Amino acid sequence: MRIRSSVFACFCLILEVLGIALFLRGFFPVPIKSSFSSKSKLSDVPPEPFTGVSLNSSKVPDALFKRVVIVLIDALREDFVFGPNGRKYMPYIRHLVERGSTYSFVAKARPPTVTMPRIKALTTGSIPGFIDVVMNLNSPALLEDNLIWQAKAAGKRMVFYGDDTWVKLFPKHFMEYDGTTSFFVSDYTEVDNNVTRHLDSTLKRDDWDILILHYLGLDHIGHISGPHSSLIQPKLMEMDDILKKIHGSLILKEAEGALPYLLVLCGDHGMSETGSHGGSSEHEVNTPLVLISPAFKKKVGMEKPSTVEQVDLTPTLALGLGLPISQNSVGRLIQPVVDEASLRDQLRFLHLNGHQLSYLLKDSMPAYEKEEGYEQFRVAEKSHGNWVKLVVEGNTSEVLTNMGKKVFKQYLEALRAMSEALSKQLGKYDIYSMVVGMVLLLLLLLLAMPEALSSASEVDLPVSSALLSLPFYLLCLLLSSVHVLVCTSAESSCYFCSLSWGLVFGAVALSSALLCILVSMAKKYFASSRCGGWSLSELDILLLAGTAGHTLSLSASSFVEEEHQVWYFLLNTLCLVVFQDVCRKYFRERRANFGSLEDEDYLLPSNEGDAVASPLSDLGVTDAGSEKWLALATPPLTLACCRLLRSLNQTGVQWAHLPDLGHWLNSFEHKMVLSLFAALSLALIYFLVQRRCSWVSKIALALGLLGVYSYRAAVGNVVFPWQRGGGNMSKGTVEARFVYVFVLGILFTGSKDLLRSQVITADARLKSRGLWEIYSGMVLLVALLFRAHNLPVLCCCLLVQTLMAQFIWKKLHYDAAQTTIMHYWFGQAFFYFQGNSNSIATVDISVGFVGLESYIEAPAFFLTALSTYAGPLLWAAHLVCYLSSEKRSSVAVGHGCYCLALLRSVPAAAYVVLVTALRYHLFIWSVFSPKLLYESMHTLLTTAICLFFTTMEQSRRP
Amino acid sequence: MWDEEIRHMASSHAIMASGVFMATVVPAVLVPGFSVYGTHLLWQYSVAGVVAVVNISLFWLLGVSPPTKKHTITYKVSRLVRSCLYLLLSCLFFHTVVVLYGAPLLESALETFSLAVLLTSLTTLRCVCVLGPNVQAWIRVLSRHGAMSVWDTSLQMVVGCSVVGAWLGAFPIPLDWDRPWQVWPVSCSLGGVIGYLTGLVVAPTWIHWHRKHLTYKSK
Repeated sequence: MRIRSSVFACFCLILEVLGIALFLRGFFPVPIKSSFSSKSKLSDVPPEPFTGVSLNSSKVPDALFKRVVIVLIDALREDFVFGPNGRKYMPYIRHLVERGSTYSFVAKARPPTVTMPRIKALTTGSIPGFIDVVMNLNSPALLEDNLIWQAKAAGKRMVFYGDDTWVKLFPKHFMEYDGTTSFFVSDYTEVDNNVTRHLDSTLKRDDWDILILHYLGLDHIGHISGPHSSLIQPKLMEMDDILKKIHGSLILKEAEGALPYLLVLCGDHGMSETGSHGGSSEHEVNTPLVLISPAFKKKVGMEKPSTVEQVDLTPTLALGLGLPISQNSVGRLIQPVVDEASLRDQLRFLHLNGHQLSYLLKDSMPAYEKEEGYEQFRVAEKSHGNWVKLVVEGNTSEVLTNMGKKVFKQYLEALRAMSEALSKQLGKYDIYSMVVGMVLLLLLLLLAMPEALSSASEVDLPVSSALLSLPFYLLCLLLSSVHVLVCTSAESSCYFCSLSWGLVFGAVALSSALLCILVSMAKKYFASSRCGGWSLSELDILLLAGTAGHTLSLSASSFVEEEHQVWYFLLNTLCLVVFQDVCRKYFRERRANFGSLEDEDYLLPSNEGDAVASPLSDLGVTDAGSEKWLALATPPLTLACCRLLRSLNQTGVQWAHLPDLGHWLNSFEHKMVLSLFAALSLALIYFLVQRRCSWVSKIALALGLLGVYSYRAAVGNVVFPWQRGGGNMSKGTVEARFVYVFVLGILFTGSKDLLRSQVITADARLKSRGLWEIYSGMVLLVALLFRAHNLPVLCCCLLVQTLMAQFIWKKLHYDAAQTTIMHYWFGQAFFYFQGNSNSIATVDISVGFVGLESYIEAPAFFLTALSTYAGPLLWAAHLVCYLSSEKRSSVAVGHGCYCLALLRSVPAAAYVVLVTALRYHLFIWSVFSPKLLYESMHTLLTTAICLFFTTMEQSRRP
Repeated sequence: MWDEEIRHMASSHAIMASGVFMATVVPAVLVPGFSVYGTHLLWQYSVAGVVAVVNISLFWLLGVSPPTKKHTITYKVSRLVRSCLYLLLSCLFFHTVVVLYGAPLLESALETFSLAVLLTSLTTLRCVCVLGPNVQAWIRVLSRHGAMSVWDTSLQMVVGCSVVGAWLGAFPIPLDWDRPWQVWPVSCSLGGVIGYLTGLVVAPTWIHWHRKHLTYKSK
């Protein structure tokens, strides 16, 4: 089957988007949330089960502890306390663990073993969904139902000292706090002294109920020199002394008859053998949990601590303090803690915990009734009711005690089953879906690769022969059986397994067909390709090496954070190489004016240059001499533009704090300058865009750009010359809608021209005008959406496009592939020139409100995406215009589309593989996953553009 | 074919490389507190100075540069002045390019300019020594297939390696390792010098290896 290469490219991209979607679904498991947006209240607490007439109050059993002190030591590994070295490291705690009234456990943390998600897990009892971590980078405060909120609502007074992540997560929750930043990893004494210095005065006072201490020093030591360093012991001994001091003062304060205290020692995550954390190795997930209280039984010797989940601490503390369990908690009560209470209270605690879990189960699973734990809970609740009835009636026989014990066991069983069912869905990568998505991507990439290098307009796909061959059926069978095998043996839930059989079989058939086609094409390719080595020019080498180098650079977190630097660097080099090409064309071929090369052109023309350069080019007044000089001036001018834009918006992470021109322009004193700049840019934009439009669109464009300025004036970004001192700021809805009308008008004229050229007359001029009008409609829309200080970016973008198209790409006869790669590079660089970065925080959400009275999801999303990806989109649109206006090659559009698709899929596929390999990296949530979202969005947009390309190419053909 | 010239080249390159080495070691002994990272400017200028002195004296002794047509003193002076002018322009050119690549415009202008001086001494100075102050010849030699002698080929390689080395040297800067050599412009000048040394080694080896296939248009 022969299909056109652009159609093939679209097909590949669409499938790739599906593959990425599947991968994302596996990479970000959907978080379990209860459907109530409110938080649990004391009044919602269910009554004690009772068969017969309910006369029981629904009150929570009284608190078990009066005061709670939580000492959280960052990166405290389990063997630091319970291991053979524990006696040396923490002698006091070890003594308590062996002889004191304590309970000790190994608490398992879930990956990512990074501080912030772990604190969230400890306080909410849920395992934070990964997509949550990514999406909540903007709003640091924890909005979910959590223990700290519940404690505050119940009037408990809390004091916090330590890592300032807590202060950010729970603003205004603490009566007294002092946050310490963990920014300076090399400091491991000062961070802890900052916490300890408050301790003496706080312990003397009586005005608090909960004291939380978070020590960072141990984690810093781990990062510096690992878990076996000599610094570990003194640090742990220091911690031990602190715990001894706290314990001593708690004992002193204890009064006869009052409720006892509770001292909790825990770690948020462990430490790997190299001293880092984030992954899921044994040492990273196993943390100690020691509960100390006079209410507990005295120990007689060292026992092997049993294993609990880290999240189990939340319901335990909540019940111990007499608070409602937070809604999304998946933990279950650590049962030994309530051992000393009466059987009735114990059952009541378990019932409360079970009730909360069963509600969460109901909300998060459609088939909750079939769950084993849910049924068990129902049964246990019923027999609990019967038991309570008997107790109320005054029965005190042996049978009753036995029955109570049975209910107790039933409850424990039910809790375990429900908690397991819930946490199965949480916090785990769905590796199978990820792998399927990844394989699909890689297959498509391999399939598309060789075709892009040839510039044939059609691709010969041996579809029918592949579909009829034996290997295809064998592969289908094999893959289906693998699917069945994986799905039946999978422990955790898996999205791909939950798909319907039709879809799964479609995917299986598709991937086996792709594999067969790939093999037969590869065979054909290797059989036919006997052509000798290609001769690559410097430019080709740079383009290929740059693309490959950028793809490789994505594996380093710093390069993902500072990706803009890579693009700026590559773009600069590109301009220099193009410059060298131009010089060679004009000096090497005609050996004229040699000597003046250095002095004339290397000294860059100042900015007045562009005012001179552009009108000449627009009017087409170019005799040979001036054309040569303009061509020579173009790359340096582009370089100068890029340097200017680069200092307009500082982005990235390391140098983002440096002052930039954007801030300078946005400050109040420079409003006049900003207005001047904006007006100038808008004028220049009009000048650059109007030259190829019909007169109707010219007028619409002019009015639209005026509308843009008045919108900015209405919003208050710029000043109107004739409206002085009018301080009333509006939302500018009227002005924005005024511009939208013109945008739609221009787009309508453009599409009308396109349709006419396609249906009625095959007029190439009409078509290129139509395309240009669509392009100018986009420019107008982007001008409206861009912030005032970003208008120069748009203006420079248009200027560079005009100059490059006029003097470089046409004159030097670059082919479609080279032009496409250059457009892509420019597009990427302009993405960052706008001030974007690879973190979610730089997405400008306010754009979604332009011209809208209130938030409406669909247009807001569309506008935000458009303004964020304005750079790549404008360059791609320009590519369509440029390639279809070219006369010499009719396949240029198709080939360009193909290259664009490939350029997008190479980094996307490579990145997906990288993310899979680095899924336990320390920065996976903060650096790599936002970039993954950006990559997916970019691929989606590129698919849309390629579809547009394909329709354009369609119309070219008779 | 050019065995003798290759031998000359190899030995002169060895002297140049040892010159760079001495420029690093001798100040470390003589100047207290000298280190490549700590007192980077000093190191840059010492390397640039030594490379300049060694290059000029070696090429003058070897007599590689094209014979001058006139032997009048005014002609020689004008050549000298032109050479100096070109070197200065080349410093400015490198400075501009480095700023365009994103070096801060005002903040560390001195460091940037010293890098430009270093790069000039590694590249342009050799052009001046081998080809004379003749921009036309420079462009001929530095474009593809423009070499007309083994010295031209070695010039191509050394200049190419130095520039590419400095270019590659910029890559570690954004990494968050917090090492002293990631500070601007240490990694770039180190990259340039390492590239230069590589070029010095590669050029005679490559020419020796390909001496059977090398043909020059007019020699």
